[in-house]
Amino acid sequence: MNREDKTSPDCKANLGPSAGSPPVTWKSGASAPRKHTPPDWGFGPGRLRARILAISLLFATHAFAQVTPDRLLHSAKEPQNWLTYSGDYSGRRHSSLDQVNTKNAHSLVAKWVYQTGATGKLETTPLVVDGILYVTAQDDRAFALDARTGRPIWMYQHELPPDIRPCCGRVNRGLAILGDKAFLGTLDAHVIALDSKTGNVIWDVVAADYRKGYSFTVAPLAVKNLIVIGVSGGEYGVRGFIDAYDAETGIRKWRFYTVPGPGEPGHETWEGDSWKAGGAPAWNTGTYDPATNQIFWPTGNPAPSNRGEGRAGDNLYSNSLLALNADTGKLNWYFQFTKHDEHDWDATQVPVIIESEKRDSGQHLIAQANRNGFFYVIDRATGKLISANAYGKQTWSTSKDAEGRPIANKSASPTLEGHTVCPGALGTTNFMAPSYDPQTELFYVTARDQCDIFSTAPQPYEAGHAYYGSAYFPSEQAEPYRGFLKAIDPETGEIKWKFEHTSPTWSGVLSTAGGLVFTGDAEGNFVALDAAAGKPLWHFQMGGAVYAAPISFAVDGKQYLAIAAGSALYAFGLP
Amino acid sequence: MLASFRRSGQIIKRSSAFGRLSALPVRLCAALLAFAVTARAGAQNPFVNDPNAAKAGEYEFRINCALCHGLGARGGGRGPDLTRAQKKHAHNDAEMFAVISNGIPGTAMPANGTNGQGVGMTDEEIWQIITYIRSQEVKAPANPIGNSAHGRELFYGDANCSLCHMVEGKGGRIGPDLSSVGGSRTREAIIDSVRNPSRRLAWGLSEATKEFPQEYETITVVTADGKQIKGVALNEDNFSVQIMDMNEQIHLLEKDKLRSFRKSRESLMPVYTPELLSDKNLDDIVAFLISVGAK
Repeated sequence: MNREDKTSPDCKANLGPSAGSPPVTWKSGASAPRKHTPPDWGFGPGRLRARILAISLLFATHAFAQVTPDRLLHSAKEPQNWLTYSGDYSGRRHSSLDQVNTKNAHSLVAKWVYQTGATGKLETTPLVVDGILYVTAQDDRAFALDARTGRPIWMYQHELPPDIRPCCGRVNRGLAILGDKAFLGTLDAHVIALDSKTGNVIWDVVAADYRKGYSFTVAPLAVKNLIVIGVSGGEYGVRGFIDAYDAETGIRKWRFYTVPGPGEPGHETWEGDSWKAGGAPAWNTGTYDPATNQIFWPTGNPAPSNRGEGRAGDNLYSNSLLALNADTGKLNWYFQFTKHDEHDWDATQVPVIIESEKRDSGQHLIAQANRNGFFYVIDRATGKLISANAYGKQTWSTSKDAEGRPIANKSASPTLEGHTVCPGALGTTNFMAPSYDPQTELFYVTARDQCDIFSTAPQPYEAGHAYYGSAYFPSEQAEPYRGFLKAIDPETGEIKWKFEHTSPTWSGVLSTAGGLVFTGDAEGNFVALDAAAGKPLWHFQMGGAVYAAPISFAVDGKQYLAIAAGSALYAFGLP
Repeated sequence: MLASFRRSGQIIKRSSAFGRLSALPVRLCAALLAFAVTARAGAQNPFVNDPNAAKAGEYEFRINCALCHGLGARGGGRGPDLTRAQKKHAHNDAEMFAVISNGIPGTAMPANGTNGQGVGMTDEEIWQIITYIRSQEVKAPANPIGNSAHGRELFYGDANCSLCHMVEGKGGRIGPDLSSVGGSRTREAIIDSVRNPSRRLAWGLSEATKEFPQEYETITVVTADGKQIKGVALNEDNFSVQIMDMNEQIHLLEKDKLRSFRKSRESLMPVYTPELLSDKNLDDIVAFLISVGAK
């Protein structure tokens, strides 16, 4: 521990009654942050501020290093840290650490376990900065842990109202970190900045009305001085958006509505008033290309998810990849994967920026393994489709349009009585984070072969109520569902190898420079595989199903792997 | 704390459809919980025999219930056939309302709004669903099919069912316990499982005490020392398997130590052809299972 931390108890004592009291959360009906009025401590707030300033100046040089925008840009220089949801701006979820490798992976051991005390699914990806690990859990808990031991430094839990509208569990996928703050999106649609040393709330803004179905589950992305975050609520007929907040103040700098309003381009792709409850949420973390200053953010299903009647048209920008100017939120280009979706196939999978040694076409690529069963490679300068190849079982598309985009067969639409379509409603993949390994030049993704019966039913929109227009069922054929880890060659779309799980898993994937791929499974195993061939080299039974993605980091020169399973976070390393 | 908070919140929300408790502060609600449940348990279905409500309920049913109970409420992958007039857990509309609202502890039936899928259905929507279910019910025939007393004799005797299956704590262990199958599966589904045991294995059986699905796949292994073991899977992951052999011995095996491992969806249960078990005798066995399962 450095001197700053040793002196902090005294520093706190000087601050009077607030020391040791639980973090303050305050609600605001507006999108701008409300000023928090400090209690009267017997001396003026001005004097207090001066005093805090003096203390922070005094110790500033000893404070742990701030996570500057520059550090995020050059995260490759500090492979010991895991600074963003996907590990870097490209979304590769690849660690260049190689201490753990194909030769010694068999000897990995559990180093520590942290019990979050939360129940339900842990979909979180931790962040690691200079020896401190930041992680979230259900019901908008956040923790800072000693990354060597798992011992907690602080804990925070957002006070949620009793009537929030989560779609699919009270989950959170992680934090963003910038400066001396960690940023949390909450299930009641707040964006909160926490002091990264104490967990104290620095600011708390309301992005939207949770009573209408808006929520945040996504890990935000810090870009320059902005905190970018996309909303959830495609199951409630929200009007989707992506927001950017000033990290220092919480003031909203821009909002991009993923469903265009009257007069905006794309508005004509919605029938009548259907755009008002059009969905197109943005609930998974996007990527960023500093060279072009573009944020790539994927969007989800149009609402209602399984009923196209009443929203005739392509329903832009649902199920699309958006390229937004990072400073303004203005749309540069879009690519819509599934037009007029009727199967709940959110295109919210991480879009991975790929720099390929093999390519000399001058094209810069971005790739996505989509929930609809196709693997798309797109020119990220123009948004033009380069290739789309099926990487799992699919029956919905047997033809492509002039651009090469798979288009839906008429017979794939849900009917009142229901009929079978593959993939099922859960998709070939879903929120599980993929990985791209620059060494093997393979794209690793968790895939599921499952077909469902899709049926549809009229359902009026009612604010804050589930708005599916449908239901889906296990297929009558009752074929067992199959789950895989697949290694796709982005150049050809070819599947180089696949590893079959006992049953489909929701785990994400990490690749490392040690020639390894790490993933979890539904039976509770954490598995290391040979990245080139897909052969399992090591496993550990964690005792709970995995819904999260692994990361790697190093402290004191030792490499760790971490992943959440059941209701706990696990860290592994060499003996 | 959070749990009770949520629960009281639900009461507020549900009751608000009737405007009874909507104005009450949250902190009073916990105290009023008992009152609220009692009040609703005695509530009347406002839509009895209303065909419009039944139609609205059909759509609600598709969205909220059919995943487990199947289209048309005829039973599905996980939940019982609800077209049967006699229900195990609800004898009238008010009890059905309570079951939908509160779930059934120890089963997969969740309380309304507690499955992490939002705030759940309103009171009005629940009554519509009940009205729909009532509209789908098939009256029990005046003369029930099958002789359950004779079915019991066959089950524990000549038909050899109990060599592998338990009912009410008596019988074998290799196959699924069938004590509740009569309450959770249609007659047709049970007959199909006997005539074509491999078609769905244990698909559709939900066992309340199990956190993992058991499908009773057939596993055949040869151990490192050359011993062949055949049985049903109790559980399995990529690295280990737990099986029960035909003598009800449990074997705990690591896959990488086996000489061979084979998994098949061909059931160990013999195919009961009409020559082996007549339609009439099968009807009797099904009548026995229904008489036990619907208790």
